Amino acid sequence: MLELFDDYTLRTVALGSAALGITSGALGTFAVLRRQSLLGDAISHAALPGVAIAFLLTGSKAPLVLVTGAALAGFVGTLAVMSIVRTTRVKYDSALGIVLSVFFGFGLVLLTFIQRRPDASQAGLDRFLFGQAAGLLQRDLVTMAILGGIALLLMLLVWKELKLLAFDPDYGASLGFPMRALDILLTSLLVVAIVIGLQTVGVVLMAAMVIAPAAAARQWTDRLGLGAALAGLFGAIAGVLGSVLSAEAERLPTGPTIVLCVTAIVLVSLLVAGRRGLLWREVRGRRDRRRLRLAAVLADLRALEHQHPGAGRGHSAAVLSVMSGGALSSLQELERRGQVARLAEDEWALTDEGRTEAER
Amino acid sequence: MTSGQIEIQLIAIVVAVACALPGTFLVLRRLALVSDAISHSILLGIVLGFFVVGNVTSPLLLVGAAIVGLLTVVLVQMLERTGLVREDAAIGLVFPALFSIGVILISRYADGVHLDVDAVLLGELAFAPFDRIEFWGWDWGPTALVVMSVILALNVTAIAVFWKELKLSTFDPALAIALGFTPALVQYGLMSLVSLTAVGAFDAVGSILVVALMIAPPATAYLLTDSLPRMLVIAAGVGAASGLAGYWLAYALDASIAGSMATMTGVAFTLAWLLAPDRGLVAAARRRARQKLEFAQTMLAIHLANHEGKPEAAEESRIEHLDRHLRWQPDFAERIVRLAERRGLVRAEGQVLELTQAGRELAADALVR
Repeated sequence: MLELFDDYTLRTVALGSAALGITSGALGTFAVLRRQSLLGDAISHAALPGVAIAFLLTGSKAPLVLVTGAALAGFVGTLAVMSIVRTTRVKYDSALGIVLSVFFGFGLVLLTFIQRRPDASQAGLDRFLFGQAAGLLQRDLVTMAILGGIALLLMLLVWKELKLLAFDPDYGASLGFPMRALDILLTSLLVVAIVIGLQTVGVVLMAAMVIAPAAAARQWTDRLGLGAALAGLFGAIAGVLGSVLSAEAERLPTGPTIVLCVTAIVLVSLLVAGRRGLLWREVRGRRDRRRLRLAAVLADLRALEHQHPGAGRGHSAAVLSVMSGGALSSLQELERRGQVARLAEDEWALTDEGRTEAER
Repeated sequence: MTSGQIEIQLIAIVVAVACALPGTFLVLRRLALVSDAISHSILLGIVLGFFVVGNVTSPLLLVGAAIVGLLTVVLVQMLERTGLVREDAAIGLVFPALFSIGVILISRYADGVHLDVDAVLLGELAFAPFDRIEFWGWDWGPTALVVMSVILALNVTAIAVFWKELKLSTFDPALAIALGFTPALVQYGLMSLVSLTAVGAFDAVGSILVVALMIAPPATAYLLTDSLPRMLVIAAGVGAASGLAGYWLAYALDASIAGSMATMTGVAFTLAWLLAPDRGLVAAARRRARQKLEFAQTMLAIHLANHEGKPEAAEESRIEHLDRHLRWQPDFAERIVRLAERRGLVRAEGQVLELTQAGRELAADALVR
């Protein structure tokens, strides 16, 4: 693994993907918390025409130019979503759907229009669709690192206010914080996080980089700070792993590979994380069900004792099964625990210990 | 126009109408983004179907892809039901993963075999007329046209047959349950239609356009009408018009037809957003302006009625004093007085205003209310 990082291309690719993973993971935490997960999808699709327009206007493919175009278009897309929701009765989901598909369609028109021009200077713009880690250059990396760093720094500077925005915007407004401005700031930071990932992951799948690390981190902690840090870490791991895999193996497109890595992290988190994990939940559920079954059999035996007084009288498993179902295995377990005694082949009775337990 | 061009436009219209019909219910049920999820994940279905069947033209492929589309919905619901992630995040987790698997499978095992990620994602309507269905010695037309016509017919039939179920479960799911319908069944039926339509359209126009055609025309219609049947008709019309306009835009720019169609649905929505008769931004702005003027005239009438017959009346009802009493700019006061005069609410004699009978009634009415 270490010698991988001696390779110039790989180092660039891995560092770039790490930068994008950290930024989109940390900022995605807020998007997921605020139920704006799919805003990331709309922003990344909306960025496509920005890339094309930036190229058409300047004729340059410098990363800063394209990223600026993408960011502006992404921001316009977000504003469009917000104002559609505010000024019409069209709902949030439809507004997102319209903006993402229409902006993307317009971007396609521009891209195909550019591609059919005679000169070949446009080559490479289409890597924004699915991303291409291998194509990352040092200058891309610098742009990504600086922009991502600025976004993260800003996020830390207004951390407290953003926390307020995420959990209780009304309270924040009543304290006199400019919640609307903060909302716009947070969205702009999200736009930045998304556009720096476009070259590597592509517009189609960038949404996953916003949502998945945050959703995974959410399983491990209830604290916002820790969640954002974990999401950043998960994003970085998935970014590095995916881009290294895709650069090493043949015909393994970068964006999808990174997305599958991050999805794997989500699945593992859903299954095993903390107290919320599905596996633990299943284990707990089984244990609880078993305990309930044992208690039910004990209680039934106690009831039978009351109805048939006289010491040393046993009852058959069949009778108990009628009362609460599947009693035999429970009886055997209770016998192991010394709470039930087997008097004859199919004669079960409470021991003293079992009686105490049943009356408890 | 060549016959190829006519066929492309026909396909555009049929696809647009076929998408708009189930799309209308998605928009009304706030499930718009399900179309995004389905249209992406059916790529995986098409690839898997391709591995099983071995060619890309078999109708079995459509069925397989539609099933994967349904599977997406089921997965999203399962994920949501764990309580660990919310619905929006669940959608955003499921479809990128399925789509990624599809893309990787294509680029590793099916590259260059007609299945090509760009074509699938972006669609290439321009080539549709070359792929034709011929049997019994008869040319039945482009495959895409035939397939989409069948799907369109299916959509129309399903919506007509299950009209009351769809309508009820869309607008009042609780009542639907109380009356003994099963909204969940209706939901899955609708999702099957969406999935099948998306698969068919996907082949002709690509997955992103599917989203545009399913959401934007119904949303446009939603701004224009309050009636479900009219909404369906308008959505279909808007979709078809966007399809045609998109084709000619693409023709003029020599650019992607699917992209142009999506762009035109956006243009249609923007037009409705601005100009819709009741809900458009322009109509709303004009209504606000008119209400402001009407309110000002009422204020003027109340002001005059308040002081009518009192000693200060001569002073209070002078036009040049309105800026002091009602805090109106002089031009605005002038304008309101002129409007009120035209409506017969006041008479102006020189600078002094006097209420007419109509003006008195307006003031009294406004005060009572």
